[in-house]
Amino acid sequence: MDKTNVVTKSSVAASRKYKKNSQLYEIWRNFRKNKGAVLGLTVLSIIIITSIIANFVIDYETQIIRQVVPERLQRPSWKHPFGTDQYGRDILLRILYGSRYSLSVGIVAVMVSLAIGGVMGVIAGYMGGIIENIIMRSCDVFASIPALLLAICITTAFGANTLILMISVGVASVPAFARVARAAVMTVRDNEYIEAARAAGATRMRIMFTHILPNCMAPIMVQTTMRVGSAIITASSLSFLGLGVPPPAPEWGSMLSEGRSFIRDYSYMTMFPGLAIVITVLAINLIGDGLRDAMDPKLKR
Amino acid sequence: MKDNDLIINIENLIVHYETEEGTVRAVNGIDLKMKKKRSIGLVGETGAGKTTTALAMLRLIPDPPGVIKNGVIVLNGENILDKSVKEMENIRGKDISMIFQDPMTALNPVFTVGEQIAESIMLHEDVSKKEAYERAKELLEMVGISGNRANEYPHQFSGGMRQRAIIAIALACQPKVLIADEPTTALDVTIQAQVLELINDLMEKHETALLMITHDLGVVAEVCDEVAVMYAGRIVEKGSLEDVFNRTKHPYTEGLFNSLPNIKDRKAKLKPIPGLMPDPTNLPIGCAFSPRCPYANDICREQKPVPRWISSTHMVECSAYDDPSFHIARREK
Ligand SMILES: Nc1ncnc2c1ncn2[C@@H]1O[C@H](COP(=O)(O)OP(=O)(O)OP(=O)(O)O)[C@@H](O)[C@H]1O
Ligand SMILES: [Mg+2]
Repeated sequence: MDKTNVVTKSSVAASRKYKKNSQLYEIWRNFRKNKGAVLGLTVLSIIIITSIIANFVIDYETQIIRQVVPERLQRPSWKHPFGTDQYGRDILLRILYGSRYSLSVGIVAVMVSLAIGGVMGVIAGYMGGIIENIIMRSCDVFASIPALLLAICITTAFGANTLILMISVGVASVPAFARVARAAVMTVRDNEYIEAARAAGATRMRIMFTHILPNCMAPIMVQTTMRVGSAIITASSLSFLGLGVPPPAPEWGSMLSEGRSFIRDYSYMTMFPGLAIVITVLAINLIGDGLRDAMDPKLKR
Repeated sequence: MKDNDLIINIENLIVHYETEEGTVRAVNGIDLKMKKKRSIGLVGETGAGKTTTALAMLRLIPDPPGVIKNGVIVLNGENILDKSVKEMENIRGKDISMIFQDPMTALNPVFTVGEQIAESIMLHEDVSKKEAYERAKELLEMVGISGNRANEYPHQFSGGMRQRAIIAIALACQPKVLIADEPTTALDVTIQAQVLELINDLMEKHETALLMITHDLGVVAEVCDEVAVMYAGRIVEKGSLEDVFNRTKHPYTEGLFNSLPNIKDRKAKLKPIPGLMPDPTNLPIGCAFSPRCPYANDICREQKPVPRWISSTHMVECSAYDDPSFHIARREK
């Protein structure tokens, strides 16, 4: 008797504590149940932490780009766990250091497309009519150009550097964001509380960005996460083609490209950067999947 | 009644929804006057055009497909149908506000109740966030909710509390006109009575004019001074509470009363009005009620009835009264 009382009391206290942010808490609880998603989150956290630590413990001039001719093309050993490249640079250190490029390009590119595509989608979804048609049809036109091709066009036009790379990769996924945001807004905009906000005299801008947008965060967040993965792949592909982060910076895509001519005899030179890309993207996609499932209202009791 | 008490004057309002299947004639020429501290009950079956009328007063008719075809809505001596979008945003919430039907969905789930009340203050008054929040707490107290629950989210409130919070939002800037679109249909009976009483009290206190939209004649009897009965986009009978309840003239109003259970005579059979409302895309040539009306004659079916003033307050729109000896079965009380 006493025991049950204690149990209910503590669970009441717990539910109080989380009631405030029950939506977020609910998502986190569902997310935690998904083993793959938790694995992805762990791996990504490790990658992010190493990229931050690498900043302090690895010296770019001496350890990343300095050529050490006597040690060139060494197979993996205790001294060089991932081997060395044709200039004698340690591949492990280069991969660790290079994680910053992939991560930052991926994240910044997605922020670019989120900002542009998100705003376009929200406006299209809320305003409807001609404005919606203009926005969505121009998105269709853009979406019909393959992302990589579009990015190649932009980088060749504006030059190959990291900033242009970020923007060009971002622009390529603007249509995807616009579509997701528009669809999300359309499910929210007919709610009575939006009508109520209008009846209270809120301006259109205010309704779009402070009333509707916070209620469509779930699909937009999932899309954002998923897109970071594909942005990383697009960015690496561009670097592979020599249109992205220029050498000698250890971008994973350009490392793949450099190792290409040695692939027959020294395959580790391409294998490790390739693995790094695969693992990072996989981790991000696992997180995205987990988020999507966690936010799916159908899974809620 | 002095004319300077007149707050809103609607004349010959016509609203259509132009859909692909045809033109829905939702509101077909309505005249309505609202006065300070007076409450009007707008009653009628589903689809009669009540909500459309209310939304027209706020210029919130979904467009497309809705179009205000004709009419004037005069507020403070100015026709609001001529106002710009910007001017309308100032009018909404400040001069006219609206309480929506379903309290479960009329609050934004991602903001606290206090924030939402404060927002409606900040939209119209130049106050700091903190002041607005303090005012929000006071408003909550006014509608009978403890002020320190302002930092809770809508899902932590019960249905009745949410409707109270919505009333607090609607009254935050002390509007001149309050439109309540079936404010109590989603609530249980005891809460319903409390909310109605609250609306009544606040209306008195703030000198608001109230338009109470409902299909519940009991609610009308409890809250309203005047009644307007709406059928297929027209007001078919209008008058003071006594006029309409005790000196009923229109056959449709009679039908509404007959379909209510009578406590005094429980053996009497309920007599629901036969048939359905006509399709608003294809209204009859004559009186819209004639296909269902037990008294209908050929004139009713062929000619649109015109408003007929029985007394200075009581209007009925029914051609049958062309015959001076005509009367409906329901007796005067
Ligand atoms: N957005 C719309 N598009 C097309 N037709 C509409 C739209 N909104 C309302 N209508 C039509 O207009 C007519 C009047 O609708 P309205 O919502 O005003 O009725 P109501 O009297 O409020 O009914 P209820 O009691 O069910 O709320 C109905 O025939 C309805 O089908
Ligand atoms: Mg309605």
